[in-house]
Amino acid sequence: MLKLNVLLLCAVVACSLSLVTSRHQARKLFVELERERALAHAYDVEYGQLQLEQSTWAMPARIENVARAQLKMQLPGAGRIQVMDGSAR
Amino acid sequence: MSAAAAGRIRTPPNLPRVRAPFLFGSLLALFILLAARSVYLQWIDNAFLQEQGSSRYSRDLEVPAHRGRILDRFGDPLAISTPVKAIWAWPEKVEATPAQLQALSAALDLAPSALAAKLAAGDDFVYLKRGVAPEVAARVAALGIKGVHDDDEYRRYYPAGEVMSHVLGFTGDRDAGQEGMELGQQTWLGGTPGSRRVIINRRGEVVEDVANIRSPREGRDLALSIDSRLQYLAYRELKAAVEANKAKAGGLVVLDARSGEILALANWPSYNPNNRTRVVRERMRNRALTDTFEPGSTLKPFTIAAALEAGKVQPSSVIDTAPGTLTIGKATIHDAHREGSLTVEQVIQKSSNVGAAKIALALPPEKMWSTFSGVGFGAPLKSGFPGEVSGRLRPAKTWRPIEQATMAFGHGISVNLVQLARAYTVFATEGELKPITLFREAGPVAGPPVIKAETARAVRHMLEMAVAVGGTAPKAQVAGYRVAGKTGTAHKLEGGVYVNKFVSSFVGFAPVSSPRLIVAVMIDEPSGGQYYGGAVAAPAFSNVMGAALRLLGVPTDAPVASILPPPEAPEVQEET
Repeated sequence: MLKLNVLLLCAVVACSLSLVTSRHQARKLFVELERERALAHAYDVEYGQLQLEQSTWAMPARIENVARAQLKMQLPGAGRIQVMDGSAR
Repeated sequence: MSAAAAGRIRTPPNLPRVRAPFLFGSLLALFILLAARSVYLQWIDNAFLQEQGSSRYSRDLEVPAHRGRILDRFGDPLAISTPVKAIWAWPEKVEATPAQLQALSAALDLAPSALAAKLAAGDDFVYLKRGVAPEVAARVAALGIKGVHDDDEYRRYYPAGEVMSHVLGFTGDRDAGQEGMELGQQTWLGGTPGSRRVIINRRGEVVEDVANIRSPREGRDLALSIDSRLQYLAYRELKAAVEANKAKAGGLVVLDARSGEILALANWPSYNPNNRTRVVRERMRNRALTDTFEPGSTLKPFTIAAALEAGKVQPSSVIDTAPGTLTIGKATIHDAHREGSLTVEQVIQKSSNVGAAKIALALPPEKMWSTFSGVGFGAPLKSGFPGEVSGRLRPAKTWRPIEQATMAFGHGISVNLVQLARAYTVFATEGELKPITLFREAGPVAGPPVIKAETARAVRHMLEMAVAVGGTAPKAQVAGYRVAGKTGTAHKLEGGVYVNKFVSSFVGFAPVSSPRLIVAVMIDEPSGGQYYGGAVAAPAFSNVMGAALRLLGVPTDAPVASILPPPEAPEVQEET
């Protein structure tokens, strides 16, 4: 009887300890998950900002300015445009 | 103590017999009370203590949901929300050294006096600055001033700035839509923040998710029908036209003739939605949708279409417009230029008011009304744009002959610019009126047939003549493409009287062999010397149409050489 009791006691202690460790493990993993989520959110925010930046740089108004002022480009006049017949390809 | 006491406990004879049971009873009663109380607290009324307990380890966190983006038809962002910080303070709790205050005002780009005024205002809560970049907020936090805090909030950015502002509108407090599509599509774009309960440890870190109280609903992206490149083109040319003609305002709409999508919608004057601090309300109006005007001659094609439909005239029927005036009752209609006999085609080509009025008077008012109403005048566009107006088309029963005559050339009726552009879809197609939309469509959209295909073709030919040499708008020609369109030069109505101020307009489409685009231009009160639609609005039309067709890679349907800019071709003038 006593032997059995001791055995059961050991089992209970072992179970409790494993519960404690798994609980701890779970929390650690959860904290990590939270950190990753925050990171994902931060990347999301950064993505939005980069998109914003990209579309600001790519605005037609700016491109036209750069083309005209820096690259000295100009629209060809009507007489200098030749339209190719697409069906000849 | 007597010796007997050690033997057995006995009520001292000098005490009343009830005392012991009384004490025993009351102690028992107290124990029962305690037990009952604990049962009550544990099982019956446990909410308060549960809450107190959980407040020591659990927290309800808000899960933010961001507002959806607005995209153009190719998916390029036109409006994006990004998190920023709001810096706020409790003025009475602020403890800062002068050096710290100086650093704060420098970090926030706020004059020291303005900062001091905010802190001295005596409110218990004051925003020092809203919408600051996260880096700036971090610098402020690093100063460690007591009583100064920051909050997360979203701010909306519009990369296209003033080019697109009237279509998109903007958001206000809490990133909620306030104008334009931001307001009209608030429920689609807006997100609802969620909430979750978590367990935190003593360092304030979240260690466990307990429950999801409310899932956040993220705002959805909205794809508009707008083509950013065409929009920029439209805005640039409109601005140039308004400035060149010293006009008060202007509007320009580009429609896809096959699907009814609005590809560009520009207004001038404009404003920058990213910085609205000093913008007057007036500049924020999307005139092309929220203002009506009397369209003038751009309405004549519909009168002619009604007459052709009714079988009253043929394109080659001859109308006598001499001597250039027509008196009905007390009123007289004038032509800006005298012509003799004109065919119906020439009435459109030369834009003769007298001719159009005579044709209209041959029609029953109901017939004319049903054509006008059939192409959408006087009815809402259902574009989903807030504040859109439907214009005015009075019921045919109330028309007097003079009114029917003036309506033939677009007076006594009011429309908005998008309605006018959309009405031209019946000529750009085989008589179909396309539904208008600001949202991207996958392909061509069918609309209800309004006029017969042969009528549409006949009017299309007349409109092409109006753009040719000898018409009112040779300046609307585009190199390499056949163009059709109609000018309008309408006197403005001020306080019920027509005054010598004008609205110059041009509506047209191209390429005529297979119309792809409809462009409508409206210039309000040009005062640069010229006011005819053919001189003011047609060049802007030509610039936008030509560039847009080339941009979209539409095959040419006319020899390129033929459209060398007309060497000061004699231009027919018109009024209304």
